[in-house]
Amino acid sequence: MRQFSMIDLVALTTALQYTVLLVVLALAFGSPLALFLALLRTTQSTILRLFTAFVLQLVQGIPLLALLMFFYFGLPVFLGVQIPPLVAVTVAFTIYTAVFLGEIWRGGIEAVKQTQWEAAASLGISRWQQFRYVIAPQAMKIALPATVGFLVQLIKGTSLAAVVGFVELTRAGQLASAATFQPLLIYSVVAAIYFAICFPLTLWSRKLEAVLNGSR
Amino acid sequence: MALVEIRNVQKSFGALKVLHDVSLSIEEGEIVTIIGRSGSGKSTLLRCINALEEIDGGEILIEGQKVYGKMPNLKELRQRVGIVFQSFNLFPHLKVERNITLAPTLTGRASKKDARELALSCLAKVGLEEKVDSYPEQLSGGQQQRVAIARCLAMSPHLMLFDEVTSALDPELVGEVLKVMEDMARQGMTMVLVTHEMGFARDVATKIVFMHQGRVWEEGPPSELFANPKTPELRAFIGSTRQT
Ligand SMILES: Nc1ncnc2c1ncn2[C@@H]1O[C@H](COP(=O)(O)OP(=O)(O)OP(=O)(O)O)[C@@H](O)[C@H]1O
Ligand SMILES: [Mg+2]
Repeated sequence: MRQFSMIDLVALTTALQYTVLLVVLALAFGSPLALFLALLRTTQSTILRLFTAFVLQLVQGIPLLALLMFFYFGLPVFLGVQIPPLVAVTVAFTIYTAVFLGEIWRGGIEAVKQTQWEAAASLGISRWQQFRYVIAPQAMKIALPATVGFLVQLIKGTSLAAVVGFVELTRAGQLASAATFQPLLIYSVVAAIYFAICFPLTLWSRKLEAVLNGSR
Repeated sequence: MALVEIRNVQKSFGALKVLHDVSLSIEEGEIVTIIGRSGSGKSTLLRCINALEEIDGGEILIEGQKVYGKMPNLKELRQRVGIVFQSFNLFPHLKVERNITLAPTLTGRASKKDARELALSCLAKVGLEEKVDSYPEQLSGGQQQRVAIARCLAMSPHLMLFDEVTSALDPELVGEVLKVMEDMARQGMTMVLVTHEMGFARDVATKIVFMHQGRVWEEGPPSELFANPKTPELRAFIGSTRQT
């Protein structure tokens, strides 16, 4: 047994980098997918819309933890190859991000009045241009607070990666507390780090909400 | 050849038949005013002309070209046919200048460099040059509607459609919008408008079309139509508008 020391702090900081890495990867792969899903959910084609809605409902019903277990423990059995934890975790968080952000952004797109699509269409610009220049900027404003809210969920959610042995912040805390037998101190530090990241984001999202409610 | 040729057009929304066999021909430079009771299909007809609604039967030709929802050059058609809506439908996140120049720059009609000049020249036609840097929400209803008209003019349309463009305005703001439309009429723009402003219809229109139950019930020059309505329905309609 040893005391909580610089070593543990360094370990936590290193692990924090992995937490951030997970968030960045989830957003980098998940948000383009989310946009694609949001567009499919609001397309003019009824078949595509219903099909996407069905798939999304299905995936949304799966707990994040189950998704992680599936890609780390389940899929390798099926494929016969071991999947590195980072890959399994990234795939799971990408799907999670795509589905939830996709729904948030769909809500934003649908909140823009249909007459805006019509006005843009009747000026003779393409469907993509209507979306890109007229609908998306308005939808983004509407969806921004919820998007930041999701980001906070995602940051906290990455702690679940610990179950597949991925050493991110929470898992590093676990290891450090096992080595030092000072769980109270260590988990307080871990909590403080999460708080230091998430709280400003929450504040920012509240402020955005207030600003957006007050203007256009 | 007429600029717009509407032949035996039919349109239903589900089980509700809104247009029964509508035929109408619009020559270049004509000012056609569509009047009729609420629900008689006026807006629907207008929206069919630029394919915002798909027709179920008959055909619509604009400059000889058949119009339908999936036509390959639908965008190009809509650049030639402007439409102004009752609720303005300006883009709230864009300044007046960008509202006007968005479509012209995206379609290659104007360069980024010439955009501001284009916006100013279109705003001059509706008397609002000083609002070029405003956001729509900073304008009155009448001003917003004039910007919406300027936005259409920026595409140099061959035909303009107006759907009750003064109905959402406070009474004291109606005049400024009607005046802009009169100017356009005087300059030879071909216009099709749905309106409840009977005075405007009488003074400016070259042809009045009275719609009733999804049909063109009567049409003719305003002097004739208002003085000698042939059908009891038009007589009743004119009577009802006098009272209000
Ligand atoms: N998108 C739609 N879906 C279903 N029904 C519709 C739709 N648009 C219009 N209708 C119906 O079609 C009929 C004709 O509507 P339309 O808007 O063309 O009438 P209008 O003559 O313009 O009336 P108003 O003077 O009230 O504007 C109405 O009964 C209306 O309820
Ligand atoms: Mg109408």
